[in-house]
Parts: sequence; C-alpha cells; structure tokens
Amino acid sequence: MVTRTFLGIPATAPAGVGHLRGEESFPVAARRALGDAQLRRNLGHATTTIRAKSAGVIAEVPDWQALRAAGSAIKTDVLARLPELLEQLEARVTAAGGVVHWAADANEANAIVVDLVRATGSDRVIKVKSMVTQEIGLNEALEAAGIAPVETDLAELIVQLGEDRPSHILVPAIHRNRAEIREIFLRAMPGVDPGLTDEPVVLAAAARRFLRQTFLSTSVAVSGANFAVAQTGTLAVVESEGNGRMCLTLPQTLITVMGVEKVVPTWRDLEVFLQLLPRASTGERMNPYTSMWTGVTPGDGPQAFHLVLLDNGRSAVLADEVGRQALHCIRCSACLNVCPVYERTGGHAYGSVYPGPIGAVLSPQLTGVADNASLPYASSLCGACYDACPVKINIPELLVHLRDQVPHPRGESAAMAAAAYAMDHPALYAAAQRAARLSRLTGRRGRGLPPPLSGWTASRDLPEAPAETFRQWWAKR
Amino acid sequence: MVGEAVSSREVILSRLRAAASDGAGAPVPVPRDYRREGTVDLDLLVRRLTDYRAHVHRVPEAAVADTVAGILPASATVVVPPGLPSAWLPQTVTALPDDGLDNQQIAAADGVVTAAAVAIAETGTVVLDGSPDQGRRVLTLLPDLHICVVRAAQVVAGVPQALTRLAPHRPLTWISGPSATSDIELNRVEGVHGPRTLHLILLP
Repeated sequence: MVTRTFLGIPATAPAGVGHLRGEESFPVAARRALGDAQLRRNLGHATTTIRAKSAGVIAEVPDWQALRAAGSAIKTDVLARLPELLEQLEARVTAAGGVVHWAADANEANAIVVDLVRATGSDRVIKVKSMVTQEIGLNEALEAAGIAPVETDLAELIVQLGEDRPSHILVPAIHRNRAEIREIFLRAMPGVDPGLTDEPVVLAAAARRFLRQTFLSTSVAVSGANFAVAQTGTLAVVESEGNGRMCLTLPQTLITVMGVEKVVPTWRDLEVFLQLLPRASTGERMNPYTSMWTGVTPGDGPQAFHLVLLDNGRSAVLADEVGRQALHCIRCSACLNVCPVYERTGGHAYGSVYPGPIGAVLSPQLTGVADNASLPYASSLCGACYDACPVKINIPELLVHLRDQVPHPRGESAAMAAAAYAMDHPALYAAAQRAARLSRLTGRRGRGLPPPLSGWTASRDLPEAPAETFRQWWAKR
Repeated sequence: MVGEAVSSREVILSRLRAAASDGAGAPVPVPRDYRREGTVDLDLLVRRLTDYRAHVHRVPEAAVADTVAGILPASATVVVPPGLPSAWLPQTVTALPDDGLDNQQIAAADGVVTAAAVAIAETGTVVLDGSPDQGRRVLTLLPDLHICVVRAAQVVAGVPQALTRLAPHRPLTWISGPSATSDIELNRVEGVHGPRTLHLILLP
C-alpha cells in the first residue's frame, strides 16, 4: 500500500486549529504586556507567593533530588518505549470496560469528542481544567457543533466568563486580581449576588453556587489526565476544588483526552510523581483531591468511559533527540513561577496555550520552529527553570538547541558571508578596520546602527571602535 | 480494495516508532534512591491535617458515636455507606443508608460518615477506595461535611507505602483537607465544590 511508506513520518501539529500559535511574535506582544502596570503587579504578587510556598514544602523533603532523578528517568524510559506502553494501556483500559480512541491531530481529536457527545444526545459538557483540550481548541469545536462546554475549574471559569485567554498552566487567571475577578463575576455570572465582595472565600462560594446545578444536571464530562498507568489502565487527575471529582463522578459518560506522553509504565511510578507534582506546582504537600479510576466501575461513577490518545505534534518532538525531553513535562508550572521573563510579560505574550520557559521549548517543537520562531528567544538563559523543574528538563539547553533551528533572515547570512570573505582577504580586512575607526568620527558608544541593521542595536550597545587597531599598534613596535 | 483505510492507531504508533528509533525501545533503568520506608508518626498526620484546616479528633473506638454527635447538630441527616459500623452513628442523627440514593438526596444531606482505606502521615492525606464502609464516590462529594474515621493501623508514613496498600482497579479518591482553591492570587482558600468541612476521627 502506497500510504504505508509515509505512515511513519512524525508530524507537527496542524495550523488553523487549536491554540499553539500566537497572532504576533513574542517581542511585540511582550512589549505591550510590559506596559500594563496592573498585570505586572498581579503577576509579581502571585509568583512571589507561590515561589515561597513551593520552596518551603520542597525543603521538607530530604530526598527531593532523588525523586527528581527518578522522575526524569521514568520519563526517559517512557519516551524510549511509548508504542509498547500505549498498546499496554489500551489493552488494560479496554479490559476494564473503557473505549480507547487514537487521534493523530487536533482536528481528529475534536471530531472524536464531538461525535461521542452527540451520541449521548447532550448539548452541554462539563469540563475539568485540561491543557490538552485548550491546545486542540476543543471548546471552539464543541461550540461549532452546538454543544456548550462549561469550564468548572475556578480559574478557567474566570477566563471563560471574562472572554479571556488562559495565561498560566496551573492558574489560567493568574493575570487577574480579586477585584477584577469580582467585576467579571458581577458582569457575566448569571444569578450572582449583586452584593458580592472581593474576598477570595466569597468569590469561591459564588462559583460553588453557580456550578452546583450544572454539575448535577449534565450527563457528559470531558477531562484531561495527569497520569495513565500502562500496567493497570488507571487514569489519574490531580486537582484542588472538587470540580474534577464532580466531573469524574456525576455524569453518565466521561471522555478523557490525553497526550500520548502522559503514560507511565507502572503503578509504582505514581509514588514519584505524586510527591513531585503538588510540591512543585501549588506548593502543597498534597493537593486536596486526586481521583484515580480504571475503566468503568459498576454502580460507581460514569458507566461509559472513553480515552482519546492524542499525538498532535508529539511524535515530531520525540524525533528530536535533544528536544524530546520537553515531553517529560508534568505541567506543574514551576518554571513559569521562577522565570524573570514570564514574571514580567505574563503568559499571553507567548501566544501559545503553553507559556513560560516550558512553552518556549514545547510550542515551537509541536508546531515546527518556523511557526513559533520568536519563542526560543523569550528567555535570558538564566537557568532558574532547569533548577525548578521537578523532572529535570534542561530548558536552557533546549532553548539554545532550538535557536539553532530558527530560520535566519537572509540579510544576516549575507552579512556573515561578507564578513567571512573579508577575513579571508587581509588587505580587505585592514581596510574594513580602518573604516570601522572612521565610525568614531560619526557616532559615539551606545548609538544604534542605521537601518536595516538597527534591529540588532535596538537592545544592544554597539562596541566602540578603538582609536588604533592591533595591526597598527604592532606595526609601530 | 485500493487504499485500505489506515487507522489513526497505526499512524500514531508507526510515527512514534520512527521517532524513537535511535532509542531501540530498551527499558531505561530508574534510580529509586528515594525513601520507600519510614516510621509512622501519628502526630505528624494530625499536624498535617490541621495545617490544611481539617478538624482532627483522637478518640477510642467506643467514643466515635459521641464524637459524631458533637460534630453534627441533633436531627441532622447523614449519608451512610452500606458497610459502615452501626456503632459509629449516634441516635441523635437521621441516617440515610445508601441503598441507591439519588444525587439530590445525597446533596441535601447535612453530612456523610465513612471509613478510609489508607492515610498518609507525611502529606496529611486519607484515601478512600470504595469499599463497603466508604461507599460510592459521590457519597463523599455532594454533602458539605465529611467525617472520616481512620484506624492507626491504616496510617502509613509516606506516598510509596500508601500505593503498595492500594488496589489500582478500585476507584480511588485521595483527600488532603477540605476542598480548596489557589486560583485567586495563588492563595489557598478552603471551600469550593467538594465538602467545605472535613473531620478526621483517628482511632488508636
């Protein structure tokens, strides 16, 4: 069969669907974000809080580095034998009464979920916060099919009601403070108490009242997955509020979408990740609720369970021997919280649904570097993200690796070729040095170059040419 | 048939095989130098639970019913899983045994009393596994108050020891304090969708 020849070529995520590509480059979006003083105050406050909390509970664990090493090795192992583990997972889930679907990309995953929801007759789904369904643009696909997706995580609800975009992996509404959240609820939450205050407890209670009846009356839920155990077919979702438990327990049908890299080999492997994730993520010893289920349990919870395994560019990431470590990510967001760039620009500037340091290495690989070419430069390479990562992803190494792959402007290669030619020809080189000396007459240190070279000097000082070149000095000796 | 449909399953698996062909599919050794043993510290469990605003009561088994009576007002309705020891319930409350209660009935109850499968001292966690003395997952989800009775023998030191005691095929709910959120300015606030009040009765 002809297609078989092309079957095994790893593919990037298609354009035109989902939220992996921004509409503008990082520098353009970041410049605007930097002008928003409120945003910078909100982010500074939130990231400072979480850094202190996380550092405190990590310091309590004497074997943190051993856990990181184990977590990293387990993920390396997973990536070395993904096909085998996914087939094992499929067999176990199927044996436990679940149905496994395979989606090569976002379009296919969305179509599978829409069809599954339609088959139930429901025109509404409740959703657990999930990065992967944001990645594939599932909400838009459901809406286009006449199905209303209801986000039930508090921060996702704030984003949805505010007609906003998520800006953080863990806390999608991190860019909003309590006063702004109160305004959004007053404006967009049906039936909200007009006397609502901006105390977090009061805001949380408003969300509880608003969603309770929806939880009880919706027959289909969509979730992501934090972990899927190949050995047992067990899925795990880690959360705080109980909205996840509602979605995973109350409806008749549960549809879980997960990236293929989320599989872990054995039940025992959870002992590593359930220690790493909460401490690195929300800075808790354990998050309030973790749900684990294996297929369908008669008489308890959803009686129909569908698992959608998604590629959407992951095979392309896996194909890069250096880049594939980005697939280790357990979506804790520790790298965002310690990043001096993220703290100042916020998540929207990255364009993709995956912001911050991990987004800067994951998004360009999922889409192909050309489609997110500015992201590998959205970093000072300070390395704080590598130190913070609970599974030891060497993000600075990845950033440099990806910078190598970014297509360079034609003018730059022409300039480099000219420089190489001059350096190969001593007379020409001496002439160029004399010309550089002349620039002392026309410009002073710190002045920019004229266009088209002004882009280079917009954020860099031009070194001052010396009064005398080394050759001239040597010639006088 | 010309161009027999290739399933997405085949497409994805062959893509992944091609992508990782350098690794040759050999298992990678995992260093497990982290703590897998530890002594159980019941006081630590109490401190961790209290830190997350759970209320802890350390009483002998004979005093469970009185403790429950002290938590719930007289004539409160309490959801009861089918295998809960009847001696744990005081006469003062109205028991709603789960013989197929519907969600509205469960949500309207004042509280729920269950046992647990395992508790983890280091993280302040109790794990329910759907055994008859814990019941369906929904029982501990909709009522606003959860009273969970744990025996000292069920407490383990850390997460690794808990996983060895749990059966993966059972529906598991790990609970560490009452429902909470960190979504507003990354501060933890108790009380969103799950029970807003959690009591743990710790038996010797």
